Amino acid sequence: MIIAERKPIDEILGFLVKYRKVLVLGCGGCVTVCLAGGEKEAGILGSQLAMASRKEGRPLEVVQKTVERQCDFEYLAGIRHLVKEVDAVLSLACGIGIQTCNEAFRDKMTWPGVNTRFLGVNLNVGEWAERCQACGQCVLDRTGGICPVARCSKSIFNGPCGGSQGGKCEVSPDTDCAWALIYDRLTQLGEVDSLRDIMGIKDWSHSRDGGPRKLVREDLELESGK
Amino acid sequence: MKAGSKLEKMLESGNFTVTGEIGPPKSCNGEVVRHHARMLKGWCESFNLTDNQTAIVRLSSIAAGKILLEEDCEPNIQIVCRDRNRIAIQSDVLGACAMGMKNILCLSGDHQKFGNHPTAKNVYDVDSIQLIKILDTMRKGSFANEEKMKDEPPKIYIGCAANPFADPFEFRVTRLEKKAGAGADFCQTQCVLDMERFERWMELVRARGLHKRIKILAGITPMKSVKAAKYMRDYVAGMMVSDDIIQRLGKAEDVKAEGINIAIEQIQHLKKMEGIAGVHIMAIAWEEIVPEICQRAGLAPRPEV
Repeated sequence: MIIAERKPIDEILGFLVKYRKVLVLGCGGCVTVCLAGGEKEAGILGSQLAMASRKEGRPLEVVQKTVERQCDFEYLAGIRHLVKEVDAVLSLACGIGIQTCNEAFRDKMTWPGVNTRFLGVNLNVGEWAERCQACGQCVLDRTGGICPVARCSKSIFNGPCGGSQGGKCEVSPDTDCAWALIYDRLTQLGEVDSLRDIMGIKDWSHSRDGGPRKLVREDLELESGK
Repeated sequence: MKAGSKLEKMLESGNFTVTGEIGPPKSCNGEVVRHHARMLKGWCESFNLTDNQTAIVRLSSIAAGKILLEEDCEPNIQIVCRDRNRIAIQSDVLGACAMGMKNILCLSGDHQKFGNHPTAKNVYDVDSIQLIKILDTMRKGSFANEEKMKDEPPKIYIGCAANPFADPFEFRVTRLEKKAGAGADFCQTQCVLDMERFERWMELVRARGLHKRIKILAGITPMKSVKAAKYMRDYVAGMMVSDDIIQRLGKAEDVKAEGINIAIEQIQHLKKMEGIAGVHIMAIAWEEIVPEICQRAGLAPRPEV
């Protein structure tokens, strides 16, 4: 899922200083699961904003709403009437949701209430870790199901580099060396000899390096009768 | 001969080879490089020119290489994968070769977190093994995209690094094997400060016959102080320093002299080790000590090839 983290309250207050009435918009998708921007967090932020603005002598009227998914135009169509009544929107969705709101509500600014951090997994209470960089050409079949692009600090394909020691990355003793994990996993599976093959240079054109990406599936287009 | 460099000739002739290292300054003062080149000329076959080592902005390795050529010293250009993509790297390789540089050493590079621009974006378009392969492809007349060169291919003697002190230990030998397979001609190891571990690594290297496929130069770094040795042991990733070295330095009245003694003993020991083709002396910020070490270790004068 997409892991996000709420922006500091002062940064958010700075965005909203010129408004009198805003919609704090939560999202029921990833940010609800990672506890950054769901209904509960929208409620808390709404109260914080109201209190802080009152204290500063510029009371801000806060409307709250949480939609199923902000990255879906259909769900946003259902709250158009709420957006009409406010000066601006503060979205607690990931960067995708924030942009979808800005596309859907052209005459109002939708401000970012969170920093979108990465695509990852929840390890423990309050602890998330990156797992995928959406490079567009998955290599997990060759690396024991552990991603070197997302989990190696240098995204190398023939690791581990000379900075791997005791299973940890040179960047931090808190970071596992992805290539040590790959080595251990393939050893466990009896496939470690596959690492003797050199992995060739990557075609990064499937990644962000090829420019903004778009996926069109003609089978689905045909099915829908477009 | 692949490139015909002095380094290649010396290694291929079977003579025990000596390479040194010069760290370019954090300024455009080329005289610093020139000074070291003049001081070390004749003591080593070639000199590594580090590429923004520890991710700190420095005078470029290729520009420093040009200064070495002017001083009639042979450069060994280091290229790290951190800062340039395959387009920039190949362009720089062509440029370096055009100016007469023949040895290029391929490295991953320290993560930018350790340097003076920790907020920089890193590149790692290719890794060090892929870089070796690109250079090997180039000297065979093609670019990384397999496009054939229309003119003379660059003549390159390709180097790589190996770190016997990093983990997983057994895989360190496989990694050297991959580098040899990718086209590396010689390898310089991380500095040996734990001879027992290094010997165990060399046993595995010999068991696979790798020493016959790639020339191995053992890294030598003289220790200036107990503090430096402990720092390397405790804070430098992928580094090991044995207790006996720390103890010897600790007991010594003149720590620097003892550091030099240890380096000389290591070289004499390595000279007898099967599969070791030479030593790579890294005395960064202590370059002036290299002549004494070479002299006392019986590495001078250098043979003519």
